[in-house]
Amino acid sequence: MISEVRNPVEPFLRMDRMPHIWCPGCGIGTTVNCFTRALIESKVDLDHVTIVSGIGCTGRVAGYVKLDSFHTTHGRAIPFATGLKLANPKLNVIVYSGDGDLSAIGGNHLIHAARRNIDLKIVCVNNLIYAMTGGQTAPTTPNDAVTSTAPYGSYEPAFNLPHLVEAAGAVYVARWTTYHVRQLARSMQEAFAKKGFSFIEVLSPCPTLYQRRNKLGDGLETMKYYKEKSKVRNGAPTSEVGLTMQGEIIVGKFVDRDRPDYRELMRHRLAETLGERYVECEELVCS
Amino acid sequence: MHADARGVLTGVHFLDGDHACCEGALTAGARFASGYPITPSTEVVERFAARVPTLGGIFIQMEDELAASIALQGAVWGGAKAFTVTSGPGFSLMMEHIGYAAMTETPCVFVNVQRGGPSTGLPTLPAQADMMQARWGSHGDYGVIALCPNSPQECFDLTIQAFNFAEQFRVPVMLMMDEVVGHMTEKVVIPPAEQIEIFPRRHTSKPPADYLPYETNGDMVPEMAHAGEGYKFHITGLTHDQRGYPVMTVPAQDKLVRRLQQKIERAADKIALYEEEKVDDADVVVVSYGITSRVAQRAIELARAQGRRVGKFRLITAWPFPEHRIRQLAQKTKAFVVPELNLGQMVREVERTAGGLARVLPVSHAGGGVHRPEDILQAILEAA
Repeated sequence: MISEVRNPVEPFLRMDRMPHIWCPGCGIGTTVNCFTRALIESKVDLDHVTIVSGIGCTGRVAGYVKLDSFHTTHGRAIPFATGLKLANPKLNVIVYSGDGDLSAIGGNHLIHAARRNIDLKIVCVNNLIYAMTGGQTAPTTPNDAVTSTAPYGSYEPAFNLPHLVEAAGAVYVARWTTYHVRQLARSMQEAFAKKGFSFIEVLSPCPTLYQRRNKLGDGLETMKYYKEKSKVRNGAPTSEVGLTMQGEIIVGKFVDRDRPDYRELMRHRLAETLGERYVECEELVCS
Repeated sequence: MHADARGVLTGVHFLDGDHACCEGALTAGARFASGYPITPSTEVVERFAARVPTLGGIFIQMEDELAASIALQGAVWGGAKAFTVTSGPGFSLMMEHIGYAAMTETPCVFVNVQRGGPSTGLPTLPAQADMMQARWGSHGDYGVIALCPNSPQECFDLTIQAFNFAEQFRVPVMLMMDEVVGHMTEKVVIPPAEQIEIFPRRHTSKPPADYLPYETNGDMVPEMAHAGEGYKFHITGLTHDQRGYPVMTVPAQDKLVRRLQQKIERAADKIALYEEEKVDDADVVVVSYGITSRVAQRAIELARAQGRRVGKFRLITAWPFPEHRIRQLAQKTKAFVVPELNLGQMVREVERTAGGLARVLPVSHAGGGVHRPEDILQAILEAA
């Protein structure tokens, strides 16, 4: 008898949407595997987990995960998620999107949600370019890298995302690569349990558009680079974790701190000022 | 169902249009607003921010209009009734999310207290020059509803109507106020809650296993589920099928986009609200809306005093445009006179609908003030 062996992540995926659109060697699927493992380990009630994506290759994650899932507009996953979380605080809201979506067109929302400490878990898959549209320069593209819109190499300074979100107020900041699957899943699990604005950056290969154009080999070659050049430095000052082209990658959990989230601040202020007139909102469900 | 009495300030008030709009939203059951400050609309959310914490709701001031116009949609999918408020420049920034609401069929309300444009234009002065933007401003084809109040009382009444239409048809509804209506103060009567009809959310009664987010029946409007209820549904701005899954084909696009438009068009006669007076034997019918309708009223009275047979037709709903009625009137009347605070927007609809059966005379005004009644009178006399 041949017994059928199913992949344990299948129950978390919309199998009727397979095959997915991601290229061979792309790391986004790996991060989704880690995400489902984190969900399993967290033992969270999946009915209360909601995923919100923006636009781009990583933006497609919301469409493949079997949860209440929203594929929103370019850059606006975070403000959509803000409204969703405020309307129903029972939801565990995960924003899953790419570096261009979250830090360029959505950059303003990223810093303001961190400042407000909205209780959202951000998974930012960073492939260093805009992949969906053909490999253009992103705010994360390292100096010297060739992109379709920087054919002679990029000369713009790149964002150091952990530094940015820590400065803006995030309570949990970590970075891993798609080589660090166990560490990434653990970080996701920690973020799920953490109240406030959490940010996990995951470096991921784009063999089709970034590695190929820069003659850096395939997905496997990138895994070797991640393995050889990554250094785990938990608690590293985020000012020191900026990325350079093919340089050392500082990974780890950089920030894990507590400060009251938006809802708590709102509740405290309004209760103090309005006293008994304040009616606390639990769920804003209309009839 | 009736309004929740907790949000209803039953009584006789002296309110400006912006504040009346806020009371309309609270009466309709809105318990979430996300906004970004912009003159001359901000008073709506200022009042909401003061009132809603006592009613179990939330106001959040977002970092820009892009954020405001999508945060409210997140709140709707979380279960709330939600809206935002803006004026010209902010309305331009919200266009993408009006399209997202149309595509995802998110019931919500966008209030635009119109000011002079283009660009920063006249922040503190009136215009009605966003009327075409309200209909066509986001890319692609879709149906929307737009209402235009002409008094603080109507700012209250039509805000409730806007929420009711949004829920009934699952569309973004635009409440197209103008600076004068927003800032004028008049008597506003708020009836008892049990006299106010509220259209409830079209929540699915199906169990998760049987639910398809975009399955529709006769009226072409699908039923909603909220996040966190176990439905595990998917919503996307991409062209999608009944399951909500992206489908990049010509038939899927045709089916979806035609439905988004037709669900409004087929109900247009019910949505297209208007007020008319002495139109049946009129030689000239003045078509106007918002603050301009009140200036037109004076011009109509002056013309009648001179013995002219002048009818009044006031658009309460701008979109969908009341085509049937204007076409009927075009067969009886010699001419339409269309004053508006723009260089000719709704007049194009009157022209198109009249189809050459009656003359159509625009009375344009670039905004910043209102017409002089004499200018409208002159057009009436010329037309008659």
